[in-house]
Amino acid sequence: MATHYSSSAPPVRLGRHSLQALIDALRGDGYTVIGPRLEDAAIVYAPLESADSLPEGWVDQQEGGHYRLLRGERPALFDYVVGPHSWKRYLYPPRQRLWQAHKQGKGWRVKEPLDNTAPYAFIGVRSCEIHAMRIQDRVFDNGAFADPAYIKRRQQAFIVAVNCAHPAATCFCTSMNSGPRAKEGFDLCMTELLDEQRHEFLVEAGSDKGAALLTRLPHRPCDENDLRQAEAVATAASQAMQREMAPDVAALLKRHPEHPRWQEVAQRCLSCANCTQVCPTCFCSTVEDVTDLSGQTAQRWRQWDSCFTLDFSYIHGGSIRRETRSRYRQWMTHKLSTWHDQFDTSGCVGCGRCITWCPVGIDITEEAKAIRDSEGGT
Amino acid sequence: MTHNADPMRPIPYRIHRVRSELADTFTLDLVPEDGVHSLNFAPGQFNMVYLFGGGEVPISISGDPARTAPLVHTIRAVGPVTRAMKALGRGDTVGIRGPFGTTWPVIEAEGSDVVIVAGGVGLAPLRPAIYHILANREKYGDVRLYYGARTPDDILFLSELREWRGRFDMIVEVTVDSARGYWAGRVGVVTHLLERGRYDPEETVALVCGPEIMMRFAIKTLNQRGVDNDQIYVSMERNMKCAIGFCGHCQFGPYFVCKDGPVFRFDQIASLFSLREL
Repeated sequence: MATHYSSSAPPVRLGRHSLQALIDALRGDGYTVIGPRLEDAAIVYAPLESADSLPEGWVDQQEGGHYRLLRGERPALFDYVVGPHSWKRYLYPPRQRLWQAHKQGKGWRVKEPLDNTAPYAFIGVRSCEIHAMRIQDRVFDNGAFADPAYIKRRQQAFIVAVNCAHPAATCFCTSMNSGPRAKEGFDLCMTELLDEQRHEFLVEAGSDKGAALLTRLPHRPCDENDLRQAEAVATAASQAMQREMAPDVAALLKRHPEHPRWQEVAQRCLSCANCTQVCPTCFCSTVEDVTDLSGQTAQRWRQWDSCFTLDFSYIHGGSIRRETRSRYRQWMTHKLSTWHDQFDTSGCVGCGRCITWCPVGIDITEEAKAIRDSEGGT
Repeated sequence: MTHNADPMRPIPYRIHRVRSELADTFTLDLVPEDGVHSLNFAPGQFNMVYLFGGGEVPISISGDPARTAPLVHTIRAVGPVTRAMKALGRGDTVGIRGPFGTTWPVIEAEGSDVVIVAGGVGLAPLRPAIYHILANREKYGDVRLYYGARTPDDILFLSELREWRGRFDMIVEVTVDSARGYWAGRVGVVTHLLERGRYDPEETVALVCGPEIMMRFAIKTLNQRGVDNDQIYVSMERNMKCAIGFCGHCQFGPYFVCKDGPVFRFDQIASLFSLREL
């Protein structure tokens, strides 16, 4: 990916009310601004026109198969972590038309769709989510082939990261080296500084684009105390992390394709595909070829798919992965192990979504640990 | 890197000729609708073949790699898309994306004996390799083709098999799983031909394509005869939607069959091949 993130501009402070100026400036530059919104009792990523629409004062409570929003004790704008949405729904839409073809005599002609989507600005991107984007960058430009629509959307996107203050109980980014502090891959990165005296954001520029935008917003310089306070937020978040992924899980799973745990987890797994739909890196898709009633126009649509469906592995004669055991093994082994072989990175960023949104609360860290513990030793 | 601005966009090809091969199998000769698009392929590679509005399927190229036109695909009508393709005729148009995937080791096998093991329609992906080897016959040692079909009525490329059987520089043996009265050839699975074949295991490169169960037993027999896994190549089949590593459907352990395969040297995948439902 051609986007490079680096900037030497010093961090500055933005007041809580300058967030509107940030949104306005991005909108003025032609971006469609997307940010966290409270919808359907969850924090989702939706178009954001006003800073007042941010979920002020809400905190999330997450556990295996459990998600609740509660009123927090302070009017913070970002005191929750990630919800059921991820930014992939904008960079890699759940359903998109790849092309359309029209009959011409006995033949037909393909016309590419006009992609006139405005560039996106994402506000409130967490460190794990930046890592997820970088993982998908490797998927959709694999050296041999590239997805031009994805690359365009990705390169155009303006990323405003937010450092997490309070990880959910389902988070395990520290053990995946993907957070909680955003270190690169953003245009701007904000840390919310909120106490009795002030409600401000410490903002670092991560790109020239970000630095240039900062100069247009009302801001104040930072002092040592601000930097210390921001650092303390990240440190506290890191220390509050409750879950962790088993070390060396990639090699571990390679050793155990026939482990009895796969059968055991299959007793609980509903094969519902929720984990793959909320995962910010899962990229599998299927295509749907359709015609209109006259048969004159055909379209191809690409839509998210899941390795948990029976159809996913269908070839003439039947599906390869008929049992839930095989499908769960495929998903988890791919995510944590064979992903390294394919893309030189884990497919997991420790965001915990698959744990929270699993209707029966299956915990990927727990499954990995069970297999590790079965080997004995320390 | 990217050889097509949009690798998901099919190129229209017109059907120049349809040949009925078997009750459920047919061959399409295709020419580019714009008259100029050309597609160089290597033996073992495949295309995604698209039926207007109906869907797209991965199909190996079954023609001669030395000839860029027409493009030849042999298709067995087993699903909704391939059955609808069977109804197409001369002048109709299909879409082509490709070629994709890895190739049979026709270069690496130079200087070696070649044992080609095919089952059913698995002969189609191997035919380009056979064409190449016969066109460069002096570069190879002994060449053997062992082919198994279900019944005499299911023998693909019958006239070419007869022609190849008549050559003095190639051994061709055909067997069927079951036959009625007139069949004077061999009956039994293709593995039996491998057990008896007088090839030299040390000198052999084996190319195997057919149903997975047939490949499993063929490899076992080759191993028993002393042909090691790094001398054996197989072509794998998996569900594919994109053929470019994006859709995830064809994953086989760490591999994407679409771009790391379909042809694998067997030692690459031996440990995966024995896992059920991988």
